[in-house]
Amino acid sequence: MARRAAPEINAGSMADIAFLLLIFFLVTTTMDVDSGISRKLPPYDEREPPEQPPIKERNILRVLVNSQDLLLVDDQYMKLEDLKDYAKRHISNFGKEDNLSESPEKHVISLQNDRGTSYEMYVAVQNELTAAYNELRDEESLKRFGRKFNLLTENQAKEIADYYPMKISEAEPVKLK
Amino acid sequence: MSKFRRKTGKSQPAISTASLPDIVFMLLFFFMVTTVMREVTLLVQNRKPFATEIVKLERRSLVSYIYIGPPIKSLQAQFGTEPRIQLNDQFATLNDIGPYIADERERRNEAERPLMTVSIKADKTVKMGLITDLKFELRRAQALKINYSTIKGKPFGEK
Repeated sequence: MARRAAPEINAGSMADIAFLLLIFFLVTTTMDVDSGISRKLPPYDEREPPEQPPIKERNILRVLVNSQDLLLVDDQYMKLEDLKDYAKRHISNFGKEDNLSESPEKHVISLQNDRGTSYEMYVAVQNELTAAYNELRDEESLKRFGRKFNLLTENQAKEIADYYPMKISEAEPVKLK
Repeated sequence: MSKFRRKTGKSQPAISTASLPDIVFMLLFFFMVTTVMREVTLLVQNRKPFATEIVKLERRSLVSYIYIGPPIKSLQAQFGTEPRIQLNDQFATLNDIGPYIADERERRNEAERPLMTVSIKADKTVKMGLITDLKFELRRAQALKINYSTIKGKPFGEK
């Protein structure tokens, strides 16, 4: 029998098949990267918390958000845009102004909201407070290491984070007027 | 003149499409690698709030999701418009959070359990009362690393 060369397979439809698959993946793909504001919750303990030494009033920055999404910071009505700068002033006061914190080490931000506060407002407030910390940390890292905070090595980042520790305490919501 | 006429008789050689499958395959593999299949069908509306100071959640395998929001339009006749919690593919109550977290923890291997993060994907219209109750349940379940899922943008960016 004479050996005949096998006829070449027509690969013209290969592109069609690949296109079909491609379109399937194009349609099903969701490109959303998960991102958001990270927080750590305090551990749950049924027992009464042990007596804590009282915190000086000047070290506490009280942020209240009521059910109309209005902000009250240290007993004054405040706009959301001003919160970041006020928080920065409070954290990096170093005892200069009498009603603001003594040191970043000692300051506390107390955040309290109403049960009727909208989630959007809550995230916005958290965002502004985080922005305050991030900016202070960036400034300090530029001063010390000449680089922004997120570009530092692990040890350097720890040093800065210890210098400006994030202290946001969230109280149980109450009915706020 | 005859010089020109001779040329018109010949047809242009066809462009080879032999490399077309290669190009398409390249694109195909790109999408196959980057694609993430949606694991749950959303039963609740999920318009996330905006924030600028966000961190990316690395390692999807360590993240558990909790969806909160008013039921989607087609389910509102049945379930109303009050915000609800969705775990996996069904509506849940606050009491289901504990078992859900325990179950999620069980699925990860032991070394990775402390790194588990709960991503709270809440609709921006949800009131903080529900979120606070949820956070309390998470604390009771010892799931302390949380992430408020947001979109990058100015707060109150779009209504």
